Amino acid sequence: MSVQESQPVAGSPTVMHRVMTGNALVAVLAVVMSLILGGLLIALTDPDVASAASYFFSRPQDTLAAAWSAASGAYLALFQGSIFNFEGETFTRMIYPLTQTLTVATPLICAGLGVALAFRAGLFNIGAQGQILIGATFAGWVGFTLDLPAGIHLLLVILAGMLGGALWAGLVGVLKARTGAHEVILTIMLNYVAVNLVLYFLSTPAFQRPGSTNPISPQLDATALYPPLLGPEFRLHWGFVVAVLATVFVWWLLNRSTVGFEFRAVGANASAARTAGISVSKGYILAMAIAGALAGLAGVAQVSGTEKVLTSGVAASFGFDAITVALLGRSSPWGTFAAGLLFGAFRAGGVTMQASTGTSIDIVLVVQSLIVLFIAAPPLVRSLFRLPVPGAFPAPKSAKDRTSAATGGTA
Amino acid sequence: MSTSATAAPVRADAPSGGVRNWKNPILLSVLALLALLVFALGAPANDVTFRLSDPGDALALPELVLSAPLIGWITALGMLALAAFVVARTRRGEPAPRWLLAAFAVLFLIGFLTWVVGSARTPNVALYGLLAGSVTLAVPLIFGSLSGVLCERSGVVNIAIEGQLLFGAFAAAVAASLSGSAIVGLLAAAVAGVMVSLVLAVFSIRYLVNQVIVGVVLNVLVSGLTGFLFSAVLSEDSETWNSPPQLPVLSIPGLSEIPILGPILFEQTIVGYLMYLAVAVVYVALYHSRWGLRTRAVGEHPKAADTLGVNVNRMRFTNVLLAGVVAGVGGSFFTLVLVSGFGRDMTAGQGYIALAALIFGRWNPIGAFFAALLFGFATNLSNVLSLLGTPVPDQFLRMLPYVVTIFAVAGLVGRSRAPAASGIPYVKG
Repeated sequence: MSVQESQPVAGSPTVMHRVMTGNALVAVLAVVMSLILGGLLIALTDPDVASAASYFFSRPQDTLAAAWSAASGAYLALFQGSIFNFEGETFTRMIYPLTQTLTVATPLICAGLGVALAFRAGLFNIGAQGQILIGATFAGWVGFTLDLPAGIHLLLVILAGMLGGALWAGLVGVLKARTGAHEVILTIMLNYVAVNLVLYFLSTPAFQRPGSTNPISPQLDATALYPPLLGPEFRLHWGFVVAVLATVFVWWLLNRSTVGFEFRAVGANASAARTAGISVSKGYILAMAIAGALAGLAGVAQVSGTEKVLTSGVAASFGFDAITVALLGRSSPWGTFAAGLLFGAFRAGGVTMQASTGTSIDIVLVVQSLIVLFIAAPPLVRSLFRLPVPGAFPAPKSAKDRTSAATGGTA
Repeated sequence: MSTSATAAPVRADAPSGGVRNWKNPILLSVLALLALLVFALGAPANDVTFRLSDPGDALALPELVLSAPLIGWITALGMLALAAFVVARTRRGEPAPRWLLAAFAVLFLIGFLTWVVGSARTPNVALYGLLAGSVTLAVPLIFGSLSGVLCERSGVVNIAIEGQLLFGAFAAAVAASLSGSAIVGLLAAAVAGVMVSLVLAVFSIRYLVNQVIVGVVLNVLVSGLTGFLFSAVLSEDSETWNSPPQLPVLSIPGLSEIPILGPILFEQTIVGYLMYLAVAVVYVALYHSRWGLRTRAVGEHPKAADTLGVNVNRMRFTNVLLAGVVAGVGGSFFTLVLVSGFGRDMTAGQGYIALAALIFGRWNPIGAFFAALLFGFATNLSNVLSLLGTPVPDQFLRMLPYVVTIFAVAGLVGRSRAPAASGIPYVKG
């Protein structure tokens, strides 16, 4: 994706130097900086801060104290809602937030993997939202219509969800390969079509809950649901394990299989891949279909794990968040997994934060997007914190040029 | 990013030298048969009334009353004839001419309109309102796609149109509410668009971050930022922060009385007139000025432009900022004309549609203008039809604009070719 990180380190760097130039430090600093900026935003819009600021010049410490309490209060609630609730009375209550994070992370990881996989094949898949919806529709229909024994039913639900997503995304692959239509446009348009299609289905007798006039399906059969992973007191379900397996699968596919090699070749340079005898069309279609199947898994996680019914809002905004997840994970399977966990924590904690401190959950979007922006531009973070540039040890020429450009930008 | 940069640019309308492209003939035949089945055989047996002017207008046109089966048969047979002609031409290895595709599209549109209005509970539609509403809905799209043209022609992919529109809408609402002047809101919107553009430019041109990534993330950032400020500030005291005065409609006396075209061209707000102006200015500047030549050179072959002394990255930087002005002004249309106040995520994906219009219009300002109009028309048609009560389910009507776009992008326009250097950062040396 980005070209900066490929400089070979010449000379013999010390451990300190390696830490200072590593990606991990940049990632940590990016998160910290984004949280600080988000905190500033919370403080600036806080009514207590505003009232204290009216007498800022006589007692500035009041303003600062109000700002600190506004921002820290919000972030504390965020932490309490996503990792560990130290005010909980029982152990179950204490770790409940962490399981919530994992529950929310499940669809994010699955759909994020889909976006990441397509990205590696050179396709920008903005259509995870629609793919989740169609996957959830297929899975939901199997879940509440068919009457099957436990085990087989769930398996069929999962397969149906993957099939739905794969068909919806595969359509994009086919159109792109056959007509050259731009996949960004196709996926965006199909998102809208998917929402309306699901709304239409939910108005037909085959999908609508009997006796209801709202666009909502019947509850899925118990046999079609993911069983709870840690017991009935938590919402965390086996879908999370499926997400882990999906991550392993995508890692294997991309790094160890011929198909994955072809995807990466097509993504890196389609003309070269074609010359080397790789079918670019096949690559596009297959990559989109697998990406859709992964998004479909996210739909299954929603419809047969968290929500247990099909509505047109079953995908929430997971399909769009999945794009940022994949970007933050730099389109690598485990990076996407980690990014999915982080964003899951933000989202789960954001709900608690909004409820307890009244800070709008939108702040989470701000922090998330700032993180992705900063991580995507390591030179910016390095120049802000005056970190050494990788490869600048005896400094190859090109890296030196870039350093001057980077520092020039912030000076 | 796309294959267009890498795949051999096979143009659908270029002589294909023995390779016969059967995509168009097949698509046209299928559509013609569909028209025969639905518009002709399935035509409602009543008359359809198209009202061409408001009864209160100085120049009132008579109502157009057409027989639905008659129009259905005429359009269907016309389309069949055109499709047969295209098939014959493709057999001989000649591609279908552009005018023929356009004629086909017009026939299909007439046939569809007659059929769908004829099947409605009240087979009577105000054509002037339908068209004027289409233009209204298309205004932000046109600004957005012009912003895309400015960026992409100089080699920077602009996915952030959505963010520019949304931030423009937000800034316009706040600035106009605080100052009490809609014009101040308009200026603030332009500044807001530039701010989004500035981030895009700094990250993609200076820090060489993937442009699509920056664009997508910027959209999320703006959505989060405006959403947060909306709930933390705007909705707390909407009297102060979110009650912008509206831009007045300036109708030009005399000209605005012309039936159908009058309201579209001469009865607009200042943003509406700016839209026409912007299309013309961008078109002329891009193809008939030194700046335009340089912009296109930087977008197609930056190295060549650099060799001739054009500062590639400065050119791109200014173009991206200019695009911010255009898209920001477009965003003000939401809060200063369409609705009186900002709402969370009120642009609702219009920026992405503008992106589609840009590609559909083949990176050309005029093309993007018409593509955006088509989209506005499809959206407005679905609105009007759902009021008329048609047999087509509401959800399918709402899909219409998106399905039309898919067909347009995948079928009729053929392989579109982006500016060659679009999306590729330029590093000197």
